[in-house]
Amino acid sequence: MAAPLTLLLIVAVTIRAVLFRSSWAELISERVEVVSPLNAWKRVVEGLALLDLGVSPYSGDVFHETPFMIYLFHFVVDYAEIVFMIADGITAVALYLSIQTYNKNVFRKQKYALESDRYPADCLELLRSPKEMFYIPLKVAMFYLLNPFTILSCVAKSTCGLNNAIIALFILCTLKGSALLSGILLALATYQSIYPLTLFAPALLFFLQRLYIPVNLRRSSFWFFTLQYAFIYVGSLVVITGLSFFLLGSWDFIPSVYGFIFSVPDLTPNIGLFWYFFAEMFEHFRLFFICVFQINVFFYTIPLSIKLKEHPVFLIFMQIAIISIFKSYPTVGDVALYMAFLPAWSHLYRFLRNIFLVSCVLLACSALFPVLWHLWIYAGSANSNFYYAITLLFNFGQILLVSDYFYAYLRREHHLTHGLYLKKKDGTEATLVLK
Amino acid sequence: MGLLSDPNRRKALTGLLTRLNTPICIVCYLAGIVWFMGLAFEPFTLRTYMSENAMGSTMVEERFSSGERALSLAKEFDAHKRKAGGMPVEWLVKAMQSRGLEVFTQSFSRKLPFPDENKERYMVRGTNVYGILRAPRAPRTEALVITAPCSPGNTNNQAVALLLALAQYFRNQIYWAKDIIFLVNEHDLIGTQAWLEGYHHTNITGMEYSPLQGRAGSIQAALSLELSSDVITSLDLVLEGLNGQLPNLDLANLFYAFCQKLGVLCTIQGKLQRNDWDTAEGYTHAAQTMMLMVLKQACGRSWGDHGLFLRYHIEAASVRGINSFRHYKTDATTIGRLLEGMVRKLNNLLERLHQSYFFYLLPSLSRFVSIGYYMPAFGLLAVILLLRVSFPGLCHCFSVSLQPSSPGVLTVLTPVVISHLTGVALYLLPVHLQEMAVEHFPVSETEAVVLTAIAIYTAGLALPHNTQRLLSGEGTEQGWKVLKLTALLYLAVLLGCTALINFSLGFILAVTLVPITASITPHMPKALYAVVMVLLSPAFTILYCVFIYQELIEAPVSVSEGWMLFLSVISQGILDHALYGSLVYPLLALFIYPCWLMFWNILFWN
Repeated sequence: MAAPLTLLLIVAVTIRAVLFRSSWAELISERVEVVSPLNAWKRVVEGLALLDLGVSPYSGDVFHETPFMIYLFHFVVDYAEIVFMIADGITAVALYLSIQTYNKNVFRKQKYALESDRYPADCLELLRSPKEMFYIPLKVAMFYLLNPFTILSCVAKSTCGLNNAIIALFILCTLKGSALLSGILLALATYQSIYPLTLFAPALLFFLQRLYIPVNLRRSSFWFFTLQYAFIYVGSLVVITGLSFFLLGSWDFIPSVYGFIFSVPDLTPNIGLFWYFFAEMFEHFRLFFICVFQINVFFYTIPLSIKLKEHPVFLIFMQIAIISIFKSYPTVGDVALYMAFLPAWSHLYRFLRNIFLVSCVLLACSALFPVLWHLWIYAGSANSNFYYAITLLFNFGQILLVSDYFYAYLRREHHLTHGLYLKKKDGTEATLVLK
Repeated sequence: MGLLSDPNRRKALTGLLTRLNTPICIVCYLAGIVWFMGLAFEPFTLRTYMSENAMGSTMVEERFSSGERALSLAKEFDAHKRKAGGMPVEWLVKAMQSRGLEVFTQSFSRKLPFPDENKERYMVRGTNVYGILRAPRAPRTEALVITAPCSPGNTNNQAVALLLALAQYFRNQIYWAKDIIFLVNEHDLIGTQAWLEGYHHTNITGMEYSPLQGRAGSIQAALSLELSSDVITSLDLVLEGLNGQLPNLDLANLFYAFCQKLGVLCTIQGKLQRNDWDTAEGYTHAAQTMMLMVLKQACGRSWGDHGLFLRYHIEAASVRGINSFRHYKTDATTIGRLLEGMVRKLNNLLERLHQSYFFYLLPSLSRFVSIGYYMPAFGLLAVILLLRVSFPGLCHCFSVSLQPSSPGVLTVLTPVVISHLTGVALYLLPVHLQEMAVEHFPVSETEAVVLTAIAIYTAGLALPHNTQRLLSGEGTEQGWKVLKLTALLYLAVLLGCTALINFSLGFILAVTLVPITASITPHMPKALYAVVMVLLSPAFTILYCVFIYQELIEAPVSVSEGWMLFLSVISQGILDHALYGSLVYPLLALFIYPCWLMFWNILFWN
């Protein structure tokens, strides 16, 4: 399997290299859909210039990257294009390896269940064969590397690609069972953009499951491991933040990065839900609605963790998707990360109901974003409402996509325990409804 | 969400859509056309009203009185123009300077990609003269533009003269809060383009021009004046700009308000307004006016000097004087007063015109149809494509194409790529191959370009479906369904985007493309459907539009004249793209035509 992956990497790098050299690169790096105030390359360059002048990069209101990021680029700024291509490659390989591991686990579990005769007789057709699972990791890598969203994001040199790489490495370490590395990488991802904080729950659930520790609040082993993992996580977060302080010699970055993420002062349009809302809102409601909007990202962790506590990897997917929909400055790079997981759930296809509608909506929206942007900004004939309408539709499509996969996943699990052909009490064919 | 998550209701809905798919599609198509034609019916339209406060309540009194002097100036200008054999730059500079303006000139040159036979030009070299009247009452951060093209022959002399007379009059007034730029441009649109690019420091079309020496603030609005006789019977307002862009409706309202006030006959698309909307003639008249607007907008070219201003966010319109055989005549003083009034109201603006509509159709000057009313007409046509997409057979294909190792995706890729390569050839080759064509065939450059385009267009019909058969042997049933699904989605997105930018173009394309694309399958009688498809292809759409346009402006043409017009329309389309960046030609060549070829491919799938 290494050869196709190598070929894929070569193709992906070629596409990116060609685009970097073309006149499109500049155009793409200006698109609001691709870069946000948080991860625009222009702002990184500005921060670097300030750093070189001996001024704190956070003075002024332009630069919002973390200190690690600026020191990374301090050394490799001349090779930025290569760094972004490598980051995409790392993400793809990490996703490839994690899905490979995950599929092995799934298959092993399925074999045990089959041997112990736990599946109803009529749902054998739902079981997954190694043949169909063989190409899934490759497809995942392909979905990430050849996704136009990822390519755009990489060509625009949006640092979103680097954050994705960290999250992908975190997933890989988690699935490989290394709690230490997983905790450290999760801390790094949190340090980069806060929101991956919600991935703590699925990672913890995964380790508990892996170590056969039941999720039981009265068991000391549960608390012992939870505290252990939390300690690794919080400890590395403190160390990383401390290191940043020593690098810069000031705490400037806390309000400039995290305050910026939480309080959403920059209302440049993007594909998210925040900008229009807060541009229209009266100032005195702002704090309340910021809380509501931000809690939205974190809140789903609790019900989803309860519902999906047996399926932490699917939970990771759900969390990444929710983050990318509800975060304050989303870009298409974030969308690309969770879309890469879709091939891993290809066995759910028969239970998906709206996938066709959703793909049409997402496709049409991707085409309409630039058109309405043009009408609004260049032609001056449309206004922000037109653009926001498409943003809403795009997010509606994404939410429908995620909830569709969620429903399909639960339904498959339900069938695996209750049989495929359900009957109502009166003997007629039953249908499952998600309410 | 019940509809999306409850399986029973979904089943009922999809069942309904499947059973009644064809009738629903037919009903939608007819409803779309009827809706569109209904837009011209007066009770369905809205009366225009002034939205901008700064222009509405403030009354101005027009005092301009030197119409006679303007006419004598026109004679002088004519004499100097004849003597100079072009634009009398020195005379104009002196005339403007003596009226107290800051005068500057800008020279420009442009080599056309191929000779323009309509206007007989190839190497264009010219000079723009403009004078700035500095505003005494404001910090000079904003400006208005009045422009008059200096045309060859003895046309448009009165416009230039009136411009000078207005400048003289305006100079003596104290209430100006915006700089006023008086621009006389040579070579009509090319001159305007050079001046605008110079003013905004851009160069998007490869024009060579000298930089502007004097500038005013950001331009808020522009009026272009075209006047070729001493007295006129009516004034015509031209709004359609580059790529179908329209100025804010308030500019049209302003013009209409002053025409009413001064008792000047005003027309749009050269059609007077009628009051008998409840009679058949009245409706037909309104429908014709609206159709003319739709056709003009759809062709995406700038119908006056104002059209290029729109790209820079400047609201602009052309005012054109018409002299026909009516008895009712208006003299130059009244036209001067009308312009004075309009400029004074624009001078009162506190912010850019933005209150009123940017998307509208005008069945008459006092009535308009806004985007909310006309979009459903397009929506009804576009929904047919989506209905056909959701046709269960196709939906099933979608699921198959997502499955691993399906043959569908790759067989579809070949026709898609080939169609698009044909499109690229259609876009690039005509202009680049003209020299070769001229060498080998007895044609002029312009003919070479147009005929090459037509040849490539025709060759495209033969090429893709043959290669497809060579590459993958027999086409499978699955294959064409996946291709049709892709093509339908592609067309729907394409038309949707087009209609948002230029409604008329999107609608006209939808009217001709939707019926055939929605119904095409490989199992139909090939010869018959091939003829129908060709008759409804983009090129024939242009041909029909030429004939309808000629019919509507009451200058019907014979078939051969129509054909010649068709050829000149194509060459003008290519020139507009090269000179001003009009997007219609690349859109048709790179997207619509390949998309149509994909459907052509489906017809010849087996």
